[in-house]
Amino acid sequence: MIKTLAAQIGEFKKESILTPVFMILEVIFETLIPFLMASIIDDGVEAGNMQHIYIVGGLMIVMALLGLYSGIMGGKYGARASTGFARNLRRAMFENIQTFSFSNLDKFSTAGLVTRLTTDVTNIQMAYQMILRMCFRAPISMICAMAMAFFINAELASIYLIAVILLAIVLFFLIKRAMKYFQMAFPKYDELNASVQENVSAIRVVKAYVREDYETSKFKKASQGIYDIFLKAEKNVVLNMPVMQFTVYSCILLISWIGARLIVQDVLKTGELMSLLAYCMNILMNLMMISMIFVMMSMSIASAKRVSEVLCEKSDLVNPKEPVHEIPDGRIEFKNVDFSYYGDNDKAVLHDINLKIKAGETIGIIGGTGSAKTSLVNLISRLYDVTSGSVMVGGRDVREYDMESLRDQVAVVLQKNVLFSGTILDNLRWGDENATEEECRRVCRLACADEFIDKMPDGYNTYIEQGGTNVSGGQKQRLCIARALLKKPKVLILDDSTSAVDTATDAKIRRAFAQEIPDTTKLIIAQRVSSVENADRIIVMDDGRINGFGTHEELLENNEIYREVYESQTSGGGDFDEKAGEE
Amino acid sequence: MPGPMGRRMPRGRRIENPGKVFKRLMKYVAKNYGVHLAIVVVLIFVSVLANVQGTMFIQRLIDDYIAPMLVSDVPDFGPLAGAIFRVACFYAIGVAAAYLYNRIMINVTQGTLRNVRDDLFSHMQTLPIKYFDTHSHGDIMSTYTNDTDTLRQMISQSMPQVFNSAITIVSVFISMLVLSIPLTVVTLIMVMVMLLITRKTAGLSSRYFLQQQHDLGQVNGFIEEMMNGQKVVKVFCHEEENIRQFNELNDNLYHSADKANYLVNIVGPVNAQLGNISYVVCAIVGGVLALSGISGLTLGELASFLTFNKSFNMPINQVSQQFNSIVMAMAGAERIFQMMDEAQEADNGYVTLVHVREENGKLVESPKRTGRWAWRHEHQADHSVDYVELKGDVVFDGVDFGYNDDKMVLHDVKLYAEPGQKIAFVGSTGAGKTTITNLINRFYDIQDGKIRYDGINVNKIKKADLRRSLGIVLQDTHLFTGTVRDNIRYGKLDATDEEVIAAAKLANADGFIRLLPQGYDTVLTGDGANLSQGQRQLLAIARAAIADPPVLILDEATSSIDTRTERIVQDGMDKLMKGRTTFVIAHRLSTVRNSDCIMVLEQGRIIERGTHEQLLEEKGKYYQLYTGNAIAT
Repeated sequence: MIKTLAAQIGEFKKESILTPVFMILEVIFETLIPFLMASIIDDGVEAGNMQHIYIVGGLMIVMALLGLYSGIMGGKYGARASTGFARNLRRAMFENIQTFSFSNLDKFSTAGLVTRLTTDVTNIQMAYQMILRMCFRAPISMICAMAMAFFINAELASIYLIAVILLAIVLFFLIKRAMKYFQMAFPKYDELNASVQENVSAIRVVKAYVREDYETSKFKKASQGIYDIFLKAEKNVVLNMPVMQFTVYSCILLISWIGARLIVQDVLKTGELMSLLAYCMNILMNLMMISMIFVMMSMSIASAKRVSEVLCEKSDLVNPKEPVHEIPDGRIEFKNVDFSYYGDNDKAVLHDINLKIKAGETIGIIGGTGSAKTSLVNLISRLYDVTSGSVMVGGRDVREYDMESLRDQVAVVLQKNVLFSGTILDNLRWGDENATEEECRRVCRLACADEFIDKMPDGYNTYIEQGGTNVSGGQKQRLCIARALLKKPKVLILDDSTSAVDTATDAKIRRAFAQEIPDTTKLIIAQRVSSVENADRIIVMDDGRINGFGTHEELLENNEIYREVYESQTSGGGDFDEKAGEE
Repeated sequence: MPGPMGRRMPRGRRIENPGKVFKRLMKYVAKNYGVHLAIVVVLIFVSVLANVQGTMFIQRLIDDYIAPMLVSDVPDFGPLAGAIFRVACFYAIGVAAAYLYNRIMINVTQGTLRNVRDDLFSHMQTLPIKYFDTHSHGDIMSTYTNDTDTLRQMISQSMPQVFNSAITIVSVFISMLVLSIPLTVVTLIMVMVMLLITRKTAGLSSRYFLQQQHDLGQVNGFIEEMMNGQKVVKVFCHEEENIRQFNELNDNLYHSADKANYLVNIVGPVNAQLGNISYVVCAIVGGVLALSGISGLTLGELASFLTFNKSFNMPINQVSQQFNSIVMAMAGAERIFQMMDEAQEADNGYVTLVHVREENGKLVESPKRTGRWAWRHEHQADHSVDYVELKGDVVFDGVDFGYNDDKMVLHDVKLYAEPGQKIAFVGSTGAGKTTITNLINRFYDIQDGKIRYDGINVNKIKKADLRRSLGIVLQDTHLFTGTVRDNIRYGKLDATDEEVIAAAKLANADGFIRLLPQGYDTVLTGDGANLSQGQRQLLAIARAAIADPPVLILDEATSSIDTRTERIVQDGMDKLMKGRTTFVIAHRLSTVRNSDCIMVLEQGRIIERGTHEQLLEEKGKYYQLYTGNAIAT
């Protein structure tokens, strides 16, 4: 895990090394300056030696400036290294996510990915900066002070050593206990936030059922729980303080007492005693600092784990070694295909599918909720790999093609489709980034999207809000179809893509397809019989199996499911929608 | 949902009035923890004083205790032992005080955070739907998370630190004044320089910090959008373009974060070294003064003064390092208060819904569920009470409505639903079907006209009771984290397991629920992410069914359910709603055909109304929609 993350330090290695170097320099000046301060008082002021004050004062200013320089450089490189590291982490994760297959994506929730890319990276950034700036500084500062203390008087200094060891043991146990509670607290905290999120998006349900008080009391219970557990954790952390102060003060008093005796015995000088006392604070403060670093690091470990999970996830679809780039035509064939999302045949959603579709054919697919219509078409553009059997496009197994070429030639309009923030043209050009405005207009005409776009004040330059919230469902679907058409695909798959478009427009789009792109194989999944009845052939799906495959007339004659669906919807229009509302 | 994406709280801008926000925050903390805070102040005071005693002991250790022993032949350790004992007592008091105030501050911090969350949440529950339409969910969330987090740092660390430092600064300052006024002036000048530089860097760094917040928002927004559309990205092979755009935003964030952190990092060292320089300047000036004997400053006093100079600079440095967390906390607090200040959903209704039973031809209130409801109408003039039986008689009279005052989406809507009728709305997306149902339950208030429910103006009915009388299955299905059973029970919190199962059976959900790994106890998370759209709709219907409401509104409740299942659900619903009013919005013919009255909406107006047969006969819009060939020809 550490290795995966460390690899992302990348070009900030220099800064990552320089930061502790400068921090150590700062420590050295910091340790030297008290010497000079003491010297100003002892040899300058008390002796009335102005000359000494000038010299040592000048030296001290130089030291201060050098200390300032190292401090500033340490701060600068620390900031750069940690923010740069965070940038690299975000970039690496984002780039890796772009290679994810659908099944990789299914494994992580959208919200989960967002948190990993945002909050978790920020946590790591903070921890990294802390490590760079303090991890070396604190121990070295402590060691310096300790060495100085031993240099002055080993006997007295051993008091510190004992204190440090005792303190370290106590702190270790306190922090360990606190960590236990913190680790319990963070998932709860996430849960609380998730419940707020849930409440915000379901606010209409809450209000419709008059459950405001119920939700509030549920929330208060959860928030009280978090209060309790954080209190437990912090109670342990706050114990650090008196333990540490107790140790510091005991040391001071002990050393004063023993030191006084040693001075009387003429073993120790007064100045030395003062220095020893000054180091006391230094040593123990640094120990405190180290324990804090420890807390921060262990808190960010959870984040580091989550980030490296994303970084280590390998796409389970890989390009073949010698990929084929050209797809000759839109023929599709399924040979004994079984498919399961989890790769085990027991939970297969598709069973023993055998299909042959000719290039240029229009195929309707119909079936109840959960009959695996979407799963079937997702195999064609290799959004998932079959569990067994083979899916062929243009006479070759889809696994032999270069994935990008395959997906360019096999266009899918997904059921859960998304428009992105940007103008209509920007959105359309997802299909072909070099498309001229003329071409964009043409595909919009085909998808019957031109009529409403032309009526918008800014036409094709109308800005679409994130998630396409400023266009209606039917408009969104038509834009998504136009976007897919711009690819000039050999196979076009519409996964319930006209459900919000009215029957008449739906028919018009299908007529345009038949006339304008006759060579493209078209697969249309629909709930409505009217959307598929004019197709060349219709597949009836039921519970992951093909229940019937034939023309409308054939199926009416000999397929019970089809007949039942057809009758429940009757001839003519099964739907009322869209069209009526648009001028 | 139609409705303009309106004003969003801008992040990363300057705070209007930090002083006011600070005062309000203090008031908020003090409201529940006033006594705690007062005790903390006293304890901080005690701990500072105890520390000063300790420092003074060390200063005097050599001169007052060790030096006399050196000159006497028989060193007497008695005075030293006594002093150490005294100081030990002071230390003990100091340690106890410091521990106590830190311990109390945990309660204050965590308690305040809990109160902030609770207040935000319970206030949010009272906000009108409009608030949720006009604020992005991400922004609302960030108030709970980021903004509340900024308070933690501020209350737990900055506040005690600032107070502690202030006491130290004052006490040291007085001591300095007593010792030497000229040197105090010198020290003050250096402190001024320190403050000036701190202000400059802090000002600059808070600018970059706010810039960083802004860039962070941009990156987060992009990530959120792309993670939601990642499957579309894959299908369009748009990965590289995506990476390019992301890198641009990511680099911006890196640059502003780099600068902001850099400036924060250097405040400490800069002040520390300025403190050292201040020390040298004082030593030189003091030395000159003492040696020339002008100001009567002795060398001993100068030595003490220099020690004070050091203890004067330290707290100033500590406070200046808290500056950024205070700026961030103020920005966070401002947004928190902004949300708490949002106007609540107004409710002036006084007519309530009660269970009734009939006694001698008169309606009598019943504490138990009787299957009959009545509106308890207490007249404001004479406090006499009327009971009007709830029948589900809904009348719209000349209703105009717009989500904003300047753009009406419904015009002069007239509508009457008689008790027990099934009323259907058809028309395009955006014609105003959902809007009409949102007016019946008063998610929104109308601009003009009247809506009467069993003859009572809906404005007079208490909102909670109004909504309780209406069962609604919404267009967007939302489920809650919890078991399937909990989710169905949401419609009636005290429902028995049998009732839950009966409701599920009625909604035809029982079958698939039993196939789930833990059946009714399967835990749903992430809005029922592990269920299909159709299954989620079935659960939503079961949830409405268990509530057994007098009036039911089904807004595209079966749109994702296949036609065969729909028919089974429909039969169940029809049985349930027998004799009760139902409003149905659907675009599937089979769903609306057997309605008692079908309203055809177009651009916010009802253009046709009648039964299926009547409307077909009219050969108007409904006919066109029904035959599906009108516009094409």
